[in-house]
Amino acid sequence: MLDETALEQEFQARIDADDRIEPRDWMPEGYRKTLVRQMAQHAHSEIIGMQPEGNWITRAPSLRRKAILLAKVQDEAGHGLYLYSAAETLGADRDELLDLLHTGRQKYSTIFNYPTVTWADVAAIGWLVDGAAIMNQVPLTRCSYGPYARAMIRVCKEESFHQRQGFEAMTVLANGTPAQRRMAQDALDRWWWPSLMMFGPNDDASPNSAQSMRWGIKRFSNDELRQRFVDSTVPQAEFLGLTVPDPDLRWDEESGHYVFGEIDWDEFFTVMRGDGPCNRQRLQRRVQAHEDGAWVREAAAAYAARSAARRDAA
Amino acid sequence: MVGGIVDADVATYCLRLGDDALVLSQRLAEWSARSPQLEEDVALMNVALDLLGQARNLLTLAGDREGQGRSEDDLAMLREETDFLNAQIVELENGDFGRTMARQLLVAAYSLPLWQALTSSTDADLAGIAGKAVKEVEYHLDHARSWVVRLGDGTEESHRRVQQGLDDVWPYTCELFETDGVLQRLVERGVAADPAAIEPRWRATVDDALAEATLTVPETSWRPTGGRRGRHTEALGYLLAEMQHLHRSHPGARW
Amino acid sequence: MSEFRAEGGHGAVPTSGVPADGGGRAGSQPLWEVFVRSRRGLSHTHVGSLHAPDAHMALRNARDLYTRRQEGVSIWVVRASDVVASSPDEKDAFFDPAGDKPYRHPTFYEVPEGVKNL
Repeated sequence: MLDETALEQEFQARIDADDRIEPRDWMPEGYRKTLVRQMAQHAHSEIIGMQPEGNWITRAPSLRRKAILLAKVQDEAGHGLYLYSAAETLGADRDELLDLLHTGRQKYSTIFNYPTVTWADVAAIGWLVDGAAIMNQVPLTRCSYGPYARAMIRVCKEESFHQRQGFEAMTVLANGTPAQRRMAQDALDRWWWPSLMMFGPNDDASPNSAQSMRWGIKRFSNDELRQRFVDSTVPQAEFLGLTVPDPDLRWDEESGHYVFGEIDWDEFFTVMRGDGPCNRQRLQRRVQAHEDGAWVREAAAAYAARSAARRDAA
Repeated sequence: MVGGIVDADVATYCLRLGDDALVLSQRLAEWSARSPQLEEDVALMNVALDLLGQARNLLTLAGDREGQGRSEDDLAMLREETDFLNAQIVELENGDFGRTMARQLLVAAYSLPLWQALTSSTDADLAGIAGKAVKEVEYHLDHARSWVVRLGDGTEESHRRVQQGLDDVWPYTCELFETDGVLQRLVERGVAADPAAIEPRWRATVDDALAEATLTVPETSWRPTGGRRGRHTEALGYLLAEMQHLHRSHPGARW
Repeated sequence: MSEFRAEGGHGAVPTSGVPADGGGRAGSQPLWEVFVRSRRGLSHTHVGSLHAPDAHMALRNARDLYTRRQEGVSIWVVRASDVVASSPDEKDAFFDPAGDKPYRHPTFYEVPEGVKNL
């Protein structure tokens, strides 16, 4: 028992000194489990996120936009793979993690349970959703767990163009024909509040954040990140000439921040519970792809085994 | 791109090559979030992106040589089915992963010697496009071949599926090696690659891959053709409707 | 009520009641560690891992995933089960993080004047 306490103290001291924890280091079981869960669900989010955006690849309005979207969706698959790899450094197995996703025991970000019904939705996702994601991801490049931090450096580097392409696409729409402007405003109307919900419930409703912060996994609170997002993004909406769908939104000179309206937490929990517009559809599509591909994976394994046997026999 | 030289034959040739790449890219993009494993989503989207890049270069060059001021998007989004000049093989529906990989092998085994020959095209712009395309298509061929071998020499089920896919798309390969007036003139000028020179190399690559994959080379008397003259299968109409609809709904808009 | 936090990239996921392990099937494809030497690099650096059925596919996948098929890059893939690692005490020499490259902001997209935070 004493040994364990001493190890924990040493572990915490390293975290407090901003040292990196690596795969073969001793770590509390709670730390390992939190990280596996977080990296796995982050990975799941990347691959589920391919669906709402990928919807518009075949229908992109220009070849340039098609190319940008193809590159983006490909990046997302890659990010999922980096993150599964990082989770595997802690003893998890990718197939097991995917199984947990497919059976609904592990989740993915709620934001991807909303439909992308117009082209402007793709632009809005790049601008708002990726903008919000960057707020979460940049601090993770300093996460205490080495492989996760390094994966995040790679992810952030590749993702830096995602937000810009979204904002650029929105700019073109907002300055385009009346129909395009309407499309842009409609997308903002539908994606604004779900983007704010991406930061999770208010801090006073998130009691377990403290442990993650002590372990150097979480760097900023939900409310801090959400405020930062609002403060960055509202001026961008103003630049676009679009209206943020929040009648209570106003600039507060004294605090130097925007004050914004109440989030509809009922909607949040409804979607989180599985009753959002696309929950069933997203998971079914993911499971279908996996099941349809089983014969391919089996063939690859059979071939590999046979080749290895031939080599050994030679 | 060198401007101002109107050359109808070169424009036609670039449209044929560009439409091949564009339509095939569109088909591969359908695999997004549907592939058998994540690594294949990455790989197939990579191939789709390469092909789209080739298509954009070729359509831009076609518009340039045509001299009517048509942009890559004008050509991709505003032409009708009967104006598309791709070979029919690229417009066929994907089917399962086996059929998709079989089609990839057959097309890439043709594209590689084609682009290699075009690096010496007397049209400098086309030769430039070829220089980049060769490296990309080497990868496409290796990827497709790897899968056809693994599926052919994998399990009974994978063997059956890829053989079926191969049988389905094989008849459409004859169109790749046809010739006509446009092509003959361009071959004489040193602009285009001679299909008669490409076919044996294609055949050697394919025979070698299928043998290693334990697959049977299909035999058929059926020779569907017409793509190069704008005569297509029913599949193209649906593909174009999806690809063009948004662009056509907002005439003159910028994106 | 279960706990939700803005964990990971795209936020808001449940954090309580979610298992970390214990899914059904174990891996059907072996794990490979990937090492890359960039065009101007002096040595191969560990960049991550991936799953593939055999060495040929591992190399192809590594090229797609970790190098985006850049020219002149050398890739090694090693079956994870073949890697022999030192003890944690000797870790520094082996587990130094791969060189962090500075984040380059692409100039491909026009960022309009006066717009901040992009």
